[in-house]
Amino acid sequence: MVEFALPKNSRIEAGKSHAVPDGASRTKTFRIFRYEPEDGKNPHIDTYTIDLDDCGPMVLDALIKIKAETDSTLTFRRSCREGICGSCSMNIDGHNTLACTKAIEDVAGDDVTVYPLPHMSVIKDLVVDFTQFWAQYESIEPWLKTYSTDPAKERLQSVNDREELDGLYECILCACCSTACPSYWWNSDRYLGPAVLLQAYRWIADSRDEATGERLDELEDPFKLYRCHTIMNCTNTCPKGLNPARAIGEIKKLVVERRI
Amino acid sequence: MAQGARPLSPHLQIYRWYLTMALSIGHRASGVALTVGLVLFIWWLVALAGGPESFAVVQAVMHNFFGWLVLFGFTAALFFHAANGVRHLVWDAGYGFDKEVARQSAIVTLAVAGGLTILFWLLVLIVA
Repeated sequence: MVEFALPKNSRIEAGKSHAVPDGASRTKTFRIFRYEPEDGKNPHIDTYTIDLDDCGPMVLDALIKIKAETDSTLTFRRSCREGICGSCSMNIDGHNTLACTKAIEDVAGDDVTVYPLPHMSVIKDLVVDFTQFWAQYESIEPWLKTYSTDPAKERLQSVNDREELDGLYECILCACCSTACPSYWWNSDRYLGPAVLLQAYRWIADSRDEATGERLDELEDPFKLYRCHTIMNCTNTCPKGLNPARAIGEIKKLVVERRI
Repeated sequence: MAQGARPLSPHLQIYRWYLTMALSIGHRASGVALTVGLVLFIWWLVALAGGPESFAVVQAVMHNFFGWLVLFGFTAALFFHAANGVRHLVWDAGYGFDKEVARQSAIVTLAVAGGLTILFWLLVLIVA
């Protein structure tokens, strides 16, 4: 349901401010969303100022520096630090992206604001609950389905058919797109969201997959697919430069085409 | 573990708007405005059919600055909704999904809607 205001327990309050380091000539201030599940308080914004001359170039470098040197309670997910694992997806400077591939100097505002992915249940600080997202991913059966007799060796694919998967297979399921989508904010219980629909199309578009019809049957639903109103936030925010909006458009086209 | 519901992370409060996002909600808002405007239009038709007395009431209510402002808003909503509707048809045909193209088509939509609205009212002022 559409609810513009945040629930009472989610209103953001003022937090602590950590001092500017001594002797730093180039500094940057980070305003970071904090939530501690065990103190019974509302979320708040803590402010940290760091010395840019003593920090790596990316927002993730700054988060790791803050955690290591200033405040060890700061909690976030990260792993590969090169944009391939999708762990450090968060809202930086108002847009969803990966902290590891977002350069601090590319931030438009004076301060760097860091929030968890929008409209998600917060476990702690920048860590949100992906349970529903993964359940939705599982619901589209993201694996190769075949009915023909197994060939002697692997199922082959022409170079051209393989190229159909470019722009789809690169998705790392970081959920930046789904959690940037207002339709997903209001209807995440029934709308699958751009990430999962792009993954659904990845299997529909695969020449080796033989379950296209039943995949489309499963998606042809006023909510699962058609809550997409081409708002384009998904494509605008994707840190991998992919185009979930186009993938959803292709699914909609296939649903119509098979009727005529 | 602490009990109680987990908080919801902020969404509209913190998301920095894209132009495409603004046009999307504008499409819905203009659609609602057109529905309300249609009621006004039907009132005008019914009053016209009812004769000079009932039509005089419409004239009294609408033929002033505020009434014209409402009509101006109605035509602006109409031209915007129509122009953006064409943009949606192009998307439905499978074109224009590129990030940069979608941004440019948003600017074109705004220009077309604004241009048609101004043109329409210039004509109205010339005729009236």
